[in-house]
Amino acid sequence: MNLFLDALAWLADPAHWTGPGGVPTRVLQHLAITFAAVTAAAVLAFPAGVLIGHTRKGAGLVGAIAGAARAIPTLGLLTLLGLALGIGLGAPLLALIVLAVPSVLAGAYAGVQNVDPEVTGAARAIGMSPRQVVFQVEIPLAAPVIIGGLRAAVLQVVATATLAAYTADFGLGRYLFSGLKSRDYAEMLAGALLVAALALLLELLLAAAQRIAAQRITAPAEDTAEDTADLPEIPREKERV
Amino acid sequence: MNWLTLNWPQVIELTRDHLLLSAPAIVLSVLLAVPIGRLAHRRPRLGGAVLGAAGLLYAIPALPLLIIIPVLFGIPLRSPATMIIALTVYGLALLVRTAADAFGSVDPRVREAAVAVGHSPLGVFWRVDLPLAVPVLLAGVRVVAVSTVSLVTIGALIGVPSLGTLLTDGFQRGIPAEVATGVIATMALALLFDALLIAAGRALTPWTAKRRERLLPRAETT
Amino acid sequence: MRFGSLYRLTVTVLPMSGEVAVIEFESVSKTYPGHAAAVAEFSLVVPSHRSVVLVGSSGSGKSTLLRTVNRMVEPTSGRVLIDGEDVRERDPVALRRSIGYVLQHGGLLPHRSVLDNIATVPVLNGIAKREARTAASELLERVGLDPKLGRRYPGQLSGGQQQRVGVARALAADPEILLMDEPFGAVDPIMRRDLQEELLRLQAELHKTILFVTHDVDEAFLLGDEVVVLREGGVIAQRGTPAEILGAPADDFVRDFVGADRAERELSIMDIDGRAVAVDGSGRPVGVLAP
Ligand SMILES: Nc1ncnc2c1ncn2[C@@H]1O[C@H](COP(=O)(O)OP(=O)(O)OP(=O)(O)O)[C@@H](O)[C@H]1O
Ligand SMILES: [Mg+2]
Repeated sequence: MNLFLDALAWLADPAHWTGPGGVPTRVLQHLAITFAAVTAAAVLAFPAGVLIGHTRKGAGLVGAIAGAARAIPTLGLLTLLGLALGIGLGAPLLALIVLAVPSVLAGAYAGVQNVDPEVTGAARAIGMSPRQVVFQVEIPLAAPVIIGGLRAAVLQVVATATLAAYTADFGLGRYLFSGLKSRDYAEMLAGALLVAALALLLELLLAAAQRIAAQRITAPAEDTAEDTADLPEIPREKERV
Repeated sequence: MNWLTLNWPQVIELTRDHLLLSAPAIVLSVLLAVPIGRLAHRRPRLGGAVLGAAGLLYAIPALPLLIIIPVLFGIPLRSPATMIIALTVYGLALLVRTAADAFGSVDPRVREAAVAVGHSPLGVFWRVDLPLAVPVLLAGVRVVAVSTVSLVTIGALIGVPSLGTLLTDGFQRGIPAEVATGVIATMALALLFDALLIAAGRALTPWTAKRRERLLPRAETT
Repeated sequence: MRFGSLYRLTVTVLPMSGEVAVIEFESVSKTYPGHAAAVAEFSLVVPSHRSVVLVGSSGSGKSTLLRTVNRMVEPTSGRVLIDGEDVRERDPVALRRSIGYVLQHGGLLPHRSVLDNIATVPVLNGIAKREARTAASELLERVGLDPKLGRRYPGQLSGGQQQRVGVARALAADPEILLMDEPFGAVDPIMRRDLQEELLRLQAELHKTILFVTHDVDEAFLLGDEVVVLREGGVIAQRGTPAEILGAPADDFVRDFVGADRAERELSIMDIDGRAVAVDGSGRPVGVLAP
C-alpha cells in the first residue's frame, strides 16, 4: 500500500502537472490520438457497416474481419507496423485505426441489420426513397447500437493508446514505460492509475450516451427501466491491452 | 525463416511459457465465472450490480492493471502470478455476463420438470442447469480463450516471458522475422485452443449434434 | 347486425363524378423464386371510389396482389394500371406517396411521435413541418383519437390506437387510393368492430378507392362494396357484392369459406305483431325489416 501513497505523492507533485511532459499535456495527447484513430476508423467503417446492414449482403465479411482482428495480438500489430514505419506516431496511429475498425463496423452493421424489417418495409411502402429509409429510419433506430460500437472502439483504443508510447513519445503510456525503464514504481503506478481513470470515465460517459440514445428511440418518458434491454450487444471481445 | 531455423528452441520454450500463463488463467476464469454467473442469474438485483462491476473491471486497460495488481496483492511485478491474476480478472469480467446469460437460456420448464422428478437443488445444477448452459457458456469461453492467449503477449512489456517476448525483442533489435514469428505462433496457439474448445463442446453436448446435421444441408441450399 | 350492415352499405355508396382512381389488374402473376406461384393470371377492376375486399385464407396471395399496386412487389408477368397507366411507368417513390397504405401492425416509425408519423408523407412532399403537424392533429380527431395523443410515441399507444394512427397516416397526403392489408387483424374483436365502424364512417365522407385485404369473411362483407374470394394461388373463386356471394355461392369452396351454411347465416322472416323480424338459424333475432 506504501506504493500507492508514493504514486499519490507523485500525482500531487505540481512539477508533474506542467510542461511538455506534464499530466495535462499527456492526457490531451492520449485523448487526441484516441479521437483521431476512432474518427478515422468511423469514416472508413461506418458507411461500409451501414451499407452491409442495409443490403444484408457481405455479412460474412464483417464476421471474417472481426474474427481475424480478434486473433491478432495487438502488441504484434504495433511492433510489426513500428518496424515497417519506424519510430513515431504513424505506426501506433495505424494500429489503433485497425483496432477500432471492427467495432465500428460491427456496430453499424448489427444496428442497421437489426432494425425491424416491418418498419423499413412500411417506410418504403409509404413512399420513402432508399436514401430516406437509411437516413431517416435505419440510422436513427440503429443509433444505440452504433454508439455501442463506437463505445467499444473508444475503449479499445484508449487502452491501446497506452502502447503508443512504446514506439513514440506520446500519451499517458510514457509514464508507464519510463517508470518501467528507470524502475520508478511511483511514476509507473501513477501513470497506470491515470489511464485506468481515463478509461473508466470514458466508459461511463459513453454508456450514458448509449442509454440516452436508446431512450430517445423508445422514448417512454415514464418508463426508462428496460431501454437497453433488447439491444443487440456489440461483442467487446478483443483483448484489452 | 532463417531466423526461425536458428532460434526454434527458444520459440518452443516461449510457447511453453505462453501456455503455462494462459491455460491456468482460462481455467480459473471459468471456475470462478460459473458460480458468480449462476448467482447473478438467480438474484437479478445483486446480479445487476455484479455485471455492472464486471463491465467496469473490463474497462480498465490491461497494462495499467498489470502494474496495479502487484501492489494490491503484494507480489513482485515480474512474476507469472501477476500475469495470471490479471488475465483471470479479464476473463472473469467477460465471462460472468455470458455465464449469467447461459443459465438464463435454460428453459425453466425443463428445470421445473427436473425438480418434479425428484432432483435435489444441487442435482438440478449438475445434471440440468450446467449441461444445458454449456453451449452458450462455451461460446463465451472461446472468446475468452482467444483474447487471453493474445493478451499474454503484453506481459513481455513488464518482463514476463511469453511469445510476446519475440515481439518486443524483435522490435528492439529490428528483426521483422522474429516479430512475425511471435504473431503467427500466438495466433496459431489461439486457434489451437479454439479448436480444442469446439471439440470439447461437441463431446459435452452430444444432444445438439442432430440439430447441427439438420441445419447444415439447409444452410447449403440457401 | 350483419343483416343490417348489408343494407346500410348499399345506401352509403354514392356515385361519384369527376376524379377517377381506378385500379386494374391485367393477368397479374407473381412467382417468388423457389416457390410455387403466389398469384396466377389475376384480373380485376377496382372501380372508382368503391371498396373492394380481397378475402382468402392465409397464403392465398392477397398481400402479394395488394403490394403490386404500389410496386412493393413487381409482378412476374401481367400489368397493374391506375387510371389506365401502367404503374411500372411511374417512379415507385412518387407512386407510393400518392397511395395511402395501412399495414397490419400499423408499421409506424417507433422513433417518431404520432404527429410526426402522420405528417411523414406530407413532409417528404415538401410541406412545412408546422403546417403538416397541424393537419396531422386534425386527422387524429378525424380517426377518433384525442389530439393530445399526438405527442406520444407509437409504443405508448394501444394496438387499436396505433391502427387508427396508421389510417390517419395513410390519409395524410389525401390520396385517392387506399390500400389496406389486414389493418385490423391484430386487435381484439371489440376494438376491431369500432375500427370497422370508423372506417365505414370515414369512407362515407371521403369516398376513396379502397382495396382491402382480410381473411375475415364477416369483415369483408361488412366493408366491401364488392368482395373477391380467393383460393390458393391468387385464383378468384367468386366475386360480387356480399349479397350475391352469400345468396349464390359459386361452388362448395366459396360456400364453405363464407360459411353460407352456418346456422347464423340462415335468416328467416318471422311475423311478430305485424312487423317482419329476421331471425337466424338458431332463432336469435338479428333485425327488423323496414316496411
Ligand atoms: N417475399 C417472399 N418470398 C417468398 N415467398 C413469398 C414472399 N412473400 C410471400 N410469399 C409466398 O407467397 C404466397 C402468398 O403470400 P401472401 O403474403 O401474398 O399471402 P396472404 O394471402 O397475404 O397471406 P396472409 O393471410 O398469411 O397474409 C405464400 O405462399 C407466401 O409464402
Ligand atoms: Mg398477407
